[in-house]
Amino acid sequence: MEQIIANGLYLGAQYALIALGLTLIFSLMNVLNFAHGQMYVFGGFITYSVVSQLGMPFIVGLIASAVTLAAMGALIERFLFRTVIRRSAREESTMLLAAGIAFFLDAVILLLFGEKQRGVPKIVNGVFNWDFRLIMPYDRILIGVLAVAMIVCFILFMQYSKAGRAMRALAQDRTAAQLMGVDVDRYSMIGFALGAMLAGLVGALLVTITGINLGMGGPTSVKAFMMIMIGGAGVISGAIAGGFILGMMESVGLSVLSSFGDITYLVIFASLMVFLAIRPQGLMGKPWG
Amino acid sequence: MPSTNQTPLVEAGAASAPIRESAVSPRRLLGVLAFLIVVFVVVPVFIAATGRWDFYYTLTSVALLSIGAAGVWLTFYIGRINIGQGAYALIGGYVSAILITKAGLSFWLTLPLAGVFCAFVAVVIGLPILRLRGVYFAMVTLVLTEVARLTALALPVTNGAKGITSIPMPGAVSIFGIPLIPDFSTLANSKLAFYLLAATLMVLTYLVLWRIVHSRLGHLCRSLQQNEELAASIGVNIAWLRVLTYAISSFFGGIAGAMFVAIAQSIYPSSFVVQDSVNFMLYCFLGGLGYVFGPLLGTFLLYFGWDLLSAAREFQLLIYSGSMIALMLVLPNGVLSLFDRKGGSR
Repeated sequence: MEQIIANGLYLGAQYALIALGLTLIFSLMNVLNFAHGQMYVFGGFITYSVVSQLGMPFIVGLIASAVTLAAMGALIERFLFRTVIRRSAREESTMLLAAGIAFFLDAVILLLFGEKQRGVPKIVNGVFNWDFRLIMPYDRILIGVLAVAMIVCFILFMQYSKAGRAMRALAQDRTAAQLMGVDVDRYSMIGFALGAMLAGLVGALLVTITGINLGMGGPTSVKAFMMIMIGGAGVISGAIAGGFILGMMESVGLSVLSSFGDITYLVIFASLMVFLAIRPQGLMGKPWG
Repeated sequence: MPSTNQTPLVEAGAASAPIRESAVSPRRLLGVLAFLIVVFVVVPVFIAATGRWDFYYTLTSVALLSIGAAGVWLTFYIGRINIGQGAYALIGGYVSAILITKAGLSFWLTLPLAGVFCAFVAVVIGLPILRLRGVYFAMVTLVLTEVARLTALALPVTNGAKGITSIPMPGAVSIFGIPLIPDFSTLANSKLAFYLLAATLMVLTYLVLWRIVHSRLGHLCRSLQQNEELAASIGVNIAWLRVLTYAISSFFGGIAGAMFVAIAQSIYPSSFVVQDSVNFMLYCFLGGLGYVFGPLLGTFLLYFGWDLLSAAREFQLLIYSGSMIALMLVLPNGVLSLFDRKGGSR
């Protein structure tokens, strides 16, 4: 039982971090970022290149991933999304653009890093063992703690910094924020960069444990969508709740339902449908604030 | 040339709705006729002349995918972004495959049955999820494709990951001893037969779609697309309308899936995945959401373009996605907005 809860918390911390980036982009721009999973994979590959191929310490890889993805996110927002949103008759057109970017990133990853499964050596050795009731490798604990620390930093940033306040205002009401003197273009760009950076950071964290490969992008996006649906789109607390709930459900499902075969995700999906039928806006689905 | 008193009417139509003229003008009829000639005469002649028999498979796929895309387009017509058409294609394919192999039914009977079953599933699923809007609906339909795949893996009747293979080809059909359709397995050139069949289905689908859009139902759908509360307040039964449209859309998806299975003679849980669902949506967006024939053009451009780009080998995906992004930047309202005479009025 302790093992299941620990696994769930560990998974949930990472999931929440992925969902945070997606929900941030969604709330600021009303864009459903299909490329989020690909950004995550990209971040993982950058850490792999820095750590395994250049032989740098892990922390350098982590920073490299964050910086690269943030720059990429800023450029994508500035030159692609902004243009399309301005010219398009429908907001939904950004979906096609996001999907196109997802394909594009897939192609770039394939050309730059190849299709093989990649990983980096363990950053910490050893296994935490509490009387065989709870067994957890130290590196997983470290990654889990790092993920939680990042979530806390992100919340503090959104809550107390000037940029964070501006972004929350933007998410609440774009026009009103603009009238109050918020530079909408600038903070949209920062927000997108921040969201992409979070995806890159999760990739960098997870490459040390599960490794990374080209095919992980799409399924990761689907999972991130589910978390947002559980918690409510565009809500920070909702994304965190959704991430931890999904992580816990996965952890519990894998141990409880294992005797019935591989149906954990089927059960999760089915219960999600029922849940959304009762509460379409998710757990905390309302504007930020 | 429109007379002077007709012009304001056309203008008003353009402002309120993307589809301008509902009357069948001679010019439009000519265009449709030309399209039919190209599909049924020019393409087979061209392929026979050049010997590129592989184009048949590509074009058959285009025809079938555009049927599915037509369904996605119809759901968009009520203001919902549907990224779950792959689920219905999978369901339709499995229904057809199971009925043929287990119950021994003829393919021609299973084709409509697959569509009807999908429509039924769509009603059951649609009743709760059609209450969702915007990205929520989009996301839940995206998840639906995953659900369909996992269900196919888990159910005993679908034979799990091994799938259903060696499904017999469509058999002969005759009425009162007059053979209407020959047995596909005896044909020397089944590729051509499948192409003609798929093209016929495609033409029928778009005929139905065009008819729906220009009927009372189409007008009601447009009212839903613009403002559901307002539509409901003037007495439109929005719940019923949503489910009906979604069922029709899924019917198309089921038919397309069943046809694919007949061609491939096999189906696996991974025959239609999330990627396919997303592609169906992309076809609609690229062609233009305001135009009935948008999904058709979008499917043709994207699928055929992808096929032609295979010459670029490892750069295939890069060029494909790059041109998709570029196209989006230049024509964010779809390729067909190029022919929009009023240019940027909407």
